[in-house]
Amino acid sequence: MLRLEKLVKTYKTGDQALKAVELEIPEGQVLALIGPSGAGKSTLIRCINRLVEPTSGKVYLGGVELTGLSSGNLRRERRRMGMIFQEYALVERLSVMENVLSGRLGYVGFWRSFLRRYPQSDIDEAFRLLDRVGLAHMADKRADELSGGQRQRVGICRALIQDPALLLVDEPTASLDPKTSRQIMRLICELCKERGLAAIINIHDVALAQMFVQRVIGLRFGAVEFDGPPEGLTPDVLTTIYGEEDWEATIEKVDEDDAEVAI
Amino acid sequence: MTDVNTLIGKPWRKPPFIKRRWLRWVLLIGAVAYLIAAYMTIDVNWARVYEGLERGKQFVLAFTSPDFSTRSSDIYEGMLESVIMTIAASVVGIVISIPIALGAARNIAPLPVYLICRSIIAISRALQEIIVAILLVAIFGFGPLAGFLTLSFATIGFLSKLLAEDIESMDKVQAEAIKASGAKWTQWINYGVQPQVMPRLIGLSIYRVDINFRESAILGLVGAGGIGATLNTAFDRYEYDTAAAILLIIIVIVMALEYISGVIRARVQ
Repeated sequence: MLRLEKLVKTYKTGDQALKAVELEIPEGQVLALIGPSGAGKSTLIRCINRLVEPTSGKVYLGGVELTGLSSGNLRRERRRMGMIFQEYALVERLSVMENVLSGRLGYVGFWRSFLRRYPQSDIDEAFRLLDRVGLAHMADKRADELSGGQRQRVGICRALIQDPALLLVDEPTASLDPKTSRQIMRLICELCKERGLAAIINIHDVALAQMFVQRVIGLRFGAVEFDGPPEGLTPDVLTTIYGEEDWEATIEKVDEDDAEVAI
Repeated sequence: MTDVNTLIGKPWRKPPFIKRRWLRWVLLIGAVAYLIAAYMTIDVNWARVYEGLERGKQFVLAFTSPDFSTRSSDIYEGMLESVIMTIAASVVGIVISIPIALGAARNIAPLPVYLICRSIIAISRALQEIIVAILLVAIFGFGPLAGFLTLSFATIGFLSKLLAEDIESMDKVQAEAIKASGAKWTQWINYGVQPQVMPRLIGLSIYRVDINFRESAILGLVGAGGIGATLNTAFDRYEYDTAAAILLIIIVIVMALEYISGVIRARVQ
């Protein structure tokens, strides 16, 4: 469904953030992208919807090649890729409802969006989504009145109302407490399953990734070092991805977490 | 790695801004010498100051008995003209500044547009209001039209520059999120940029109305209409009580604008 071919990104400073990354994601698969800071996780995700222009290589979404698209066609394809951000990236001075509806901007004309006259179907869908994440009563609150977890839920609604085929998720839990982090991860994974969406989730927290996804990609210095099921993340593998460290504690914690989830 | 033992027990000071000691002293002594020399060139004629004190005293005393009535119709007409000039110039200036500000923000505009908009701002800011007013009075003749055009022109430089700087320092990720949804450029500006800069735009606009009103009192001195003309006449005739009345009205209006702007800014934050 999504295929990356020899994707390279070299920044103007000469830093090679991505070194010929090859990746293929089938329909409906949720995968976690792990790796140390600066490994190129964010860059990889942003190269897919071209918030960052890749230097070379190709990105196929369904049958469409994205890197060569004109700006008009790129906008049309971006509608199929919902994005969820690290610091929520809600427009703080807009209301919750406006933030959710902004996910429909790719579908409605300028005047409709300017006057906030969205089609009834969009408004209904926005309320359904907000209700699904438990925030329907917050629709007219301003985004900056919400807590971190609530904001991220709004961010999820905004991505889903685009009716995407793929979710690009950039560190969804980086600024959340451990409990909220799990809730958010669970919500994202559940929604992906409900709607049959594929997702790429950048995540720092290895244990959290192992709890929720079917496949893990380990990135180091812009190259794929590991690609396999979460059980495959042994101390040796983590050492190749992150460098030397005592990994037993992380992996033990995973077992505990799993046990808790099972209960 | 420095051995920490060599640092323990030694005093610590913030490293000086200018590293070379001799340069530091040369600059300091030079600055002091310049100040002394500069003050010595000021030539004060104390006898003239003594005479002037009397006139100054009359002027200040006039504030205790301001005369609103003798020239009330002149004051009214002048004020009305100033207010109309201010509002018209502010509206036109603000409407023109918004697109220029978008063009002058490096994170939004491509380089050629950026350079053009920045030069417009530079020109508008380089030319002081009085100079522009003199030029425009020469072109359009005496009256409020010249004042209106001057203030509009000055508003563009002021508002575009400050708004562009606010746009440049906006939160990039919020705007990025809107772009990622497939929004068009206009929608991106409306949803991703505008909400972030709106409080600043409103605050600056009200502040500019305030400045324009005060400027309109000055522009009359060069014949560009408004209350300044009335004020100038009052001074010329040594009618300090009328002048005091005009100044008091200006002060009250500026204070009222200040208060209103505070209320509005608190609401839009």
